[in-house]
Amino acid sequence: MKITREEVAHVARLARLEMDDSEMEAYTEQLNAILQYADKLNRLDTEKIQPTAHVLPLNNVFREDRVRPCLPREEALANAPDEEDGMFRVPRVIE
Amino acid sequence: MLEKLTVSEALDKLHKKEVSSRELTEAALARISAVDQEVKAFMTVIGDQALAEAATLDARRLNGETVGPLAGIPMALKDNMCTKGIRTTCSSKILHNFIPPYDATVTTLLKNAGAVLLGKTNLDEFAMGSSTENSAYFTTRNPWDTRCVPGGSSGGSAAAVIADEAFFALGSDTGGSIRQPAAFCGVVGMKPTYGRVSRYGLIAFASSLDQIGPFTKDVRDCALVLNSIAAHDPGDSTSANVETPDYTSFLNGNVKGMKIGVPREYFAEGIESEVKDAVRKALDVLVSLGAEAEEISLPHTDYGIPVYYLIAPAEASSNLARYDGVQYGFRAEADNLLDMYKKTRSQGFGTEVKRRIMLGTYALSSGYYDAYYLKALKVRTLIKQDFDQAFEKYDVILTPTAPTVAFQAGTVENLLTMYLNDICTIPANLAGLPAVSIPCGFAGKLPVGLQLIGKPFDEGTILRAAYAYEQNSGIERKKPGLGKGGAA
Repeated sequence: MKITREEVAHVARLARLEMDDSEMEAYTEQLNAILQYADKLNRLDTEKIQPTAHVLPLNNVFREDRVRPCLPREEALANAPDEEDGMFRVPRVIE
Repeated sequence: MLEKLTVSEALDKLHKKEVSSRELTEAALARISAVDQEVKAFMTVIGDQALAEAATLDARRLNGETVGPLAGIPMALKDNMCTKGIRTTCSSKILHNFIPPYDATVTTLLKNAGAVLLGKTNLDEFAMGSSTENSAYFTTRNPWDTRCVPGGSSGGSAAAVIADEAFFALGSDTGGSIRQPAAFCGVVGMKPTYGRVSRYGLIAFASSLDQIGPFTKDVRDCALVLNSIAAHDPGDSTSANVETPDYTSFLNGNVKGMKIGVPREYFAEGIESEVKDAVRKALDVLVSLGAEAEEISLPHTDYGIPVYYLIAPAEASSNLARYDGVQYGFRAEADNLLDMYKKTRSQGFGTEVKRRIMLGTYALSSGYYDAYYLKALKVRTLIKQDFDQAFEKYDVILTPTAPTVAFQAGTVENLLTMYLNDICTIPANLAGLPAVSIPCGFAGKLPVGLQLIGKPFDEGTILRAAYAYEQNSGIERKKPGLGKGGAA
């Protein structure tokens, strides 16, 4: 499989990244090199193999629904690039 | 010369009141002042805070109060572990000003144990790399030869320990990021079983693979530090609820009848002959002590790298979606929200991080999920099964830690060549197994690392083997010649 420049541009949009032409070119080339290398996985027949997303037998972890102290608002906002009235402030979303 | 002590030696002197924590901390800080310009292990040093903490611990000890098992020992944390009130950058521009409002669980546990935090160490940005060259700030240098890299991604922690700038340090290991720098720098580095150490407050890279572990000067120290950080944590839903033994109880030197599997795939072409020789000599030492070694095959070893470079970026692309300039970290100016996201992420992330986000996004995207991500998860099963079968018969698996010794900074330009650095370490992450790297000699003036892989939650057995080897290796214990104007 080969990834095209258009697909790279699409993936960049999905990943919320922007890049100029030369970067686009470089990523296309590099992603192709890595994906080509990954093609060797197709040598293996995995039709009857279960996927392993996680090595531990994972169970849902339940806990009592109790009120606990949470991060104070000032502390939660202390790293905010911009804030107003105790909220994170961002550029306008709706025109 | 106090900085040269191991953790166990320093604890002994503290108990006997021959030294104070303040003296140990002063020695470590003096060492940092003397050599860190050369080594560049630290992102942040908190000297005043460390000295104040040490003084508090000394006072408590003098008052006869109960202090923790690591009370008074100065140490460092990789800069991807959250430290309340202390800048935590992940060596990324996107977190250049991030001051965590909470401590990672390992930070809390080490505080409770009485360890004294000296500062935060450099890494490849978001732990993505094998050399620290991907740090957005600077490249850490290998103390044995400062033209060389210390390995990565936890290169700062590894270099700090061998340079005697910290008595021990923590790192994180997603595909070898503790063990490979441990090998390159000639220290002991362990990646515990997945789930053994809490990941709460570890800035996530690939959540099904990440695991925190110690860098120490010897195997006993590794057991001591692991004792303090291995614990079930309700704050991490993947933290295993299993008992934690006293790891020092395994340090008895007895490997009689221990069955060691030596997988031939880890001695194939691409592994430097000097590395193979040093590792084989180490195996001979264990056999001379009564261990039984046999060559085995782990047939899917070769697929570890392609599997890893699909799964880890896929998980990373999801984990790193949170860096959008809204709640913390760097924000680029823009007129609308979407542009702000894009500019923030494009300017805030470095090249390798963006490359992996792109790769992971692609592998998870509609139409390619089955071909790449799901395929990789299935081959991950095959790799895990190789180990499951081997561990029916063997107690430990012995391999080199890295295919080469440390390389010179700026010399590995090909991506895949850089990725191949992790060929010996990735499989243990994919299978969730504990693995330790210990020094097993030198190739020229650079250290070689021996890797011992164990059964899940059986860190004890690999520590037992590592300790027996260390006590009988016959390797001269030497230190890099730093602070002499660069002459090594």
